[in-house]
Amino acid sequence: MISDATLTRFAREVAKYPAEQKQSAVMACLAIVQQEQGFISETAEIDIAAYLGMPQIAVHEVTTFYNMYNQHPVGKYKLNVCTNLPCLLRDGGKALEYLEKKLGISMGDTTPDGLFTLQQCECLGACADAPVMLVNDRSMCSFMSDDKLDQLVDSLRAAEGRA
Amino acid sequence: MKAAQVLSQFQAAGVETCFHGRHIHPQIYAELDGSNWGIESYTKRGGYQALRTILGADGGTAWTQDQVIATVKESGLRGRGGAGFPTGLKWSFMPRQFPGQKYLVCNSDEGEPGTCKDRDILMYNPHSVIEGMIIAAYAMGISVGYNYIHGEIFREYERFETALEEARAAGYLGPKLLGSDFSFELHAHHGFGAYICGEETALLESLEGKKGQPRFKPPFPASFGLYGKPTTINNTETFAAVPWIIRNGGAAYLACGKPNNGGTKIFSVSGDVELPGNYEVPMGTPFSKLLELAGGVRKGRQLKAVIPGGSSSPVLPASIMMECTLDYDSISKAGSMLGSGAVIVMDDSRCMVESLKRLSYFYMHESCGQCTPCREGTGWLWRLVDRIHRGEGRQADMDVLDDVAANIMGRTICALGDAAAMPVRAMLKHFRHEFEAMIPKTNPRTSASA
Repeated sequence: MISDATLTRFAREVAKYPAEQKQSAVMACLAIVQQEQGFISETAEIDIAAYLGMPQIAVHEVTTFYNMYNQHPVGKYKLNVCTNLPCLLRDGGKALEYLEKKLGISMGDTTPDGLFTLQQCECLGACADAPVMLVNDRSMCSFMSDDKLDQLVDSLRAAEGRA
Repeated sequence: MKAAQVLSQFQAAGVETCFHGRHIHPQIYAELDGSNWGIESYTKRGGYQALRTILGADGGTAWTQDQVIATVKESGLRGRGGAGFPTGLKWSFMPRQFPGQKYLVCNSDEGEPGTCKDRDILMYNPHSVIEGMIIAAYAMGISVGYNYIHGEIFREYERFETALEEARAAGYLGPKLLGSDFSFELHAHHGFGAYICGEETALLESLEGKKGQPRFKPPFPASFGLYGKPTTINNTETFAAVPWIIRNGGAAYLACGKPNNGGTKIFSVSGDVELPGNYEVPMGTPFSKLLELAGGVRKGRQLKAVIPGGSSSPVLPASIMMECTLDYDSISKAGSMLGSGAVIVMDDSRCMVESLKRLSYFYMHESCGQCTPCREGTGWLWRLVDRIHRGEGRQADMDVLDDVAANIMGRTICALGDAAAMPVRAMLKHFRHEFEAMIPKTNPRTSASA
């Protein structure tokens, strides 16, 4: 079931497109669900398909095609570190390694407390800000030296009462 | 401290990349300081004056569509997204008398590794894009537009949405703009992570709510675009250049660049420089000047190589690059492409095999899988470079690499295949010795019979 509040957000996106082209809002609806639920479940895909009047498989195709949709639950904070060439030249790879060590996990994994998921990602389009990372799809963190990575992780832990 | 507050501490403020005062005769980034992105400040800087002029909103005769297109043609403005196609010519391809719906699309899906210029335009001067789009829509008789924004830049997407609301409230978007008969509505569409959607037909598929797989061309978007309707797609920076051109004239724009390469261009400089960032300079500026603006090569090291137009453009050794000026013709003559203006600088400590390995992984990861040569070939490329980098390569691998790359090029629907192949061939052409040096001499597998 989709809540009324979520439906209001969906409707705002649908209104951008011609009435007979509601499917155009599928990316936005999936992003909204991900923000609210943390990942895209099969139930969410079924609900969105019904809402937009499109086959469920067409929704699933979108979920699986775009890099940022979480097809499985992730940690409360998803840390995506860019390691593409421009970032690699400015310690993007080292930032990822530093976080692996600090969090005690390998890239792709989630910390046992469920707080952090660490991923390598492709170009965020912020190459001059390297090392750069994206937290939970929305918050770009720039110039992430080791000190700043410490500060980020420690402060997020503190914010969650896990310091 | 709450999590949101924690995260906001690490936001870029644009000082390093945009408001550093090291542009040369900037037009799009002129006078920006991070706080003056709103419609009031934009109007004070002369914003929306070009639109008012062509609509005849302040007295005077409204411009004809032909007049607008002729001015853009005269300016020599070429597409800033990478292909460098003449903008005025593209606009003239639109069937203006087509009776049905037509669409205007802005490509802000900035994901070509090295490129980060549109992000700063959207964040710090969003109304320049909106005004440019309205003018383009007027010239082509289009009533609806979309700006497709890179999924990873959410703050910029929100900023653009806010700017749209401001423009609507001021009467610059909506029905019958400023008392004319021209109506235009514009919306923002947020991507969600797919490099391929920077390809214009993949972007259209994505806008239609599908996976972003490129379409066969022809038909071109001008006849069969969004929802099958005539559509024009331009890059963010291209639209942002338009208001200046209308205000100052096509000749003035052309004059600040060089023939066939009009205007200013924003270069994103990344990698081994002291001051990475965006630099807006006139077309035709020497590369050495741009390198100087970016503080020179980092830590006083020597320049080794430059990828001049985003990761897909062929790498050029320092000696060739230092002779280039920054315009489509000079870099093309040197054997590479101006592309999106993303200048990736590498110093003399860099391993080209490792650099190519990372790029090849990217293209394998982002291949949409539609065409076999690209889907399979990008994987081959990565595995071969990876094997060489691990010290397990064979003497024949270099030729196989070049052969695989050659067999991808020109055999795919879109340019991603070429984009994956070109860096490989250029690296082999200029730095083959580095690949050879990594192949073990004593390994029995290096013999041709292995």
